[in-house]
Amino acid sequence: MSKVHVSTVINGEPVEFLCAPEQTLVNVLREELDRMGTKEGCSTGDCGSCSVLMNGRLVCACLVLGVEASGAEITTIEGIATEEGLHTIQEKFLEHAALQCGICTPGYIVATKALLEKHPNPDEETIRYWLAGNLCRCTGYDKIIRAVQDVATELAHEA
Amino acid sequence: MAEAEDFKVIGTRPIRPDGVDKVTGRAQFGADLNLPGMIYGRVLRSPHAHARIKSVDVSGALAMPGVYAAVSGADFPGAQSAEIGGEGGGDVADLAQNVMARHKVLYHGHAVAAVAASSAAQAEAALEAIKVDYEVLPPVLDLVAAMAADAPLVNEKCFTKNLPEPAEKPSNIAEVMTLARGNIEEGFEQADVIVEGEYRIPMAHQGYIEPHACTATVNEAGQATVWCCTQGHFGFRTMTANILDMSVADLKFIASEIGGGFGGKTVVYLEPVAVLLSKLARRPIKMVMSREEVFRASGPAAGSLARVKVGAKKDGTITAASAWLAYEAGAFAGAPMGAGAMCIFAPYNLENFKIEGFDVLVNKPKVAAYRAPGAPQSMHAMESALDDLARELGMDPIDLRLKNAVEEGSQAAYGPKFPVIGFKECLEAAKAHPNYSKPVPEGAGRGVAAGFWFNAGMQSSAEVHINEDGTVQLIEGSPDIGGSRSSMAIMAAETLGVPYEEIRVLVGDTEASGFNNVTGGSRTTFATGMAVIQACEDIISQCKERAAKTWGIDADQVEWEDGQAVPAPGVNAELKPLSLADIAKGSARTGGPLLGRASLNARGPGAGFAVNFGDLKVDPETGKVDVLSYTAIQDAGRAIHPSYVEGQIQGGAVQGLGWALNEEYIFDEHGVLENPGFLDYRIPVASDMPMIDTQIVEVPNPTHPYGVRGVGETPIVAPLAVAANAVRDAIGKRVHDLPLSPPNLLAVIDGD
Repeated sequence: MSKVHVSTVINGEPVEFLCAPEQTLVNVLREELDRMGTKEGCSTGDCGSCSVLMNGRLVCACLVLGVEASGAEITTIEGIATEEGLHTIQEKFLEHAALQCGICTPGYIVATKALLEKHPNPDEETIRYWLAGNLCRCTGYDKIIRAVQDVATELAHEA
Repeated sequence: MAEAEDFKVIGTRPIRPDGVDKVTGRAQFGADLNLPGMIYGRVLRSPHAHARIKSVDVSGALAMPGVYAAVSGADFPGAQSAEIGGEGGGDVADLAQNVMARHKVLYHGHAVAAVAASSAAQAEAALEAIKVDYEVLPPVLDLVAAMAADAPLVNEKCFTKNLPEPAEKPSNIAEVMTLARGNIEEGFEQADVIVEGEYRIPMAHQGYIEPHACTATVNEAGQATVWCCTQGHFGFRTMTANILDMSVADLKFIASEIGGGFGGKTVVYLEPVAVLLSKLARRPIKMVMSREEVFRASGPAAGSLARVKVGAKKDGTITAASAWLAYEAGAFAGAPMGAGAMCIFAPYNLENFKIEGFDVLVNKPKVAAYRAPGAPQSMHAMESALDDLARELGMDPIDLRLKNAVEEGSQAAYGPKFPVIGFKECLEAAKAHPNYSKPVPEGAGRGVAAGFWFNAGMQSSAEVHINEDGTVQLIEGSPDIGGSRSSMAIMAAETLGVPYEEIRVLVGDTEASGFNNVTGGSRTTFATGMAVIQACEDIISQCKERAAKTWGIDADQVEWEDGQAVPAPGVNAELKPLSLADIAKGSARTGGPLLGRASLNARGPGAGFAVNFGDLKVDPETGKVDVLSYTAIQDAGRAIHPSYVEGQIQGGAVQGLGWALNEEYIFDEHGVLENPGFLDYRIPVASDMPMIDTQIVEVPNPTHPYGVRGVGETPIVAPLAVAANAVRDAIGKRVHDLPLSPPNLLAVIDGD
């Protein structure tokens, strides 16, 4: 089947690409657009490593087709830091040692951004349920949860 | 040895050197390298757990558009039988057969052929055009049935090793071992109380989030470069060279960042296939396993059956213990039965014991190392039995362990005398921990258990280069799986006396770094750290010589203090100190660039002990178990970066709890894994777990300059029995088998 032309916006920049109709968004990001920050751990929506924001909503890029990006705004891990430097989420993950191997980290940072936009002051249970779709096999979650709590406190201070 | 308060950098918690790249998506993992003109490889896997391969015909695949190469077992050289040592080692001939089946397929998912094509989708489509003719054989799936004399054979050439008399006929029992001391009959006669139990644990997967992946390219001279996620690129090079009958010099392995391993990335699966396909296709090739392939064909940890009997006097003194341990190796010999047997009684002083171990072939995937390989299975049995014993004796479970705990000078059940160890310190810390004196919540039970792992030393190399401005470049060769670059930089900063921020750490490829054994065996911070420290000491001694030359005095009149050369006290007081930067700047005049190096085979890793306890609540209606609180205490010798030590302890605790509560390989009667995905093989998620409280005990290891003991593996050992003992406490009955999943629990709760 011939490829489809897609126009989309990734991390604020207009992007055009060709993809097969059955190609997933994570596959397009990685293999067609060389944006390797979004990781693929399961391809079935169970691990959250490929978490991206699509029009502000947290999705698994392995459960979205590349063609669905047409006309949408996509935010990936590469779009979290700004000209001013790292996002507070990124800083706190480093300070708290909330990563060991780091493969799940991009997904966690994107998911945390989505969480805090919806719940700026989440309690521990809210954080744990929001992040239950992101698997981490290294940390046992403790330091990730503490990092996210600290981000929420810090952002509340700044606001 | 220096005291903790003397350290400037050790024990602090700086940001890891690779941190920014890991939180911004820049860090490159196994599947993240695309090369110009790259094609994709996929593997055809056996639909049978046990079958003879009568023929493989790849011509249909080769005839398809966009297909560049296709291979099966016949295209690989016949690897000769040879042992590769260390974690992830084993018989090369077995590894070769596991990478690509020849003659027989031995488990469902065993690789039988592979294809290289212009896209992964096209490669996948081409697999369907490969014709394999199988003669299906009865699968050997049950551990006990596999051990029967008349069981169908997984491998007709497998003769039991280590028998008193050489085996006359083949068997699924690949190896037996016995460890014994004293007289167990007499020991049990002296006992006032005897407990025994039989404990089953199914296979479980390491569950790293990054699937196995590599990109390989072979040039016209036959020289290959392989980029892959691995716990040991040097080991992968050795294995690939052996499997493909290549010179080690023609294989360059680059370790990418690695997305978890836990022992599972110590062996090759895709790499030799990718090299062969790239060579035939004359293009770079990328191969990535699907999650389903990871579950079906990599890892897992051995399933086990353990029978344990322990006798003690009324005061808790253990008089005798016996263990019978059978481990599932999967399709090839090499379950960690030996390590399991050596660990089971290691924490306790025993005058009379006997341990029998069996390494058993079954038609399931070949097991791989998983964090303290072998120890969780056997120690779950012993630590459960001790819990029953404490109940029978009416003793606190920590007191019972203290009564029998090994200490410096104790003869370990596995042979040697223990050097300085911290088991009693961990037990005492547990007893004194505020969480231990809290009441157990309503409806919950409390479980206590100990964990042990030997830890490893082995071979490491390191280089230290001083840049022209005095900043420091470390080059080592141990893949950083959990923050080890940070611990290397801390130890270098401490030794050299320079700021942590001025140090960069490279995990060099096989051409850029000296040889290193795998990142495994909890050896990296200990052994590679020791090489880093020695390389820094080499720099210091060179700097003293350079300063002496500059000053025109003898080198023995120069000392090194806080990152600078200073004149020895009492003489040459007029000389101004020379910093590392000063010496680096002037190095052209004093002998050229500053390069320090060290290589070693580290001994005396220092055994790791842990004591964990937790409160778990059981819903008697549904059988669901909730972990309410969990406390893990472990002797780290010296915590170089305490946050990453805590992280190892917390991560190991949750992996162990996952294995205890929920994780298991479920096979159907044909040997087909029924839960090869994260939806059905459910590892703990954030909402399943509480915070994991940790306490780092520091009983310095005298063989390491800063007192380091390995910390990575011990944490997974205790949680299995903690969970089992807590459930026993909560429901008043012992559930012997894992996982403590709702169906297994309800069967016991409702079983009266």
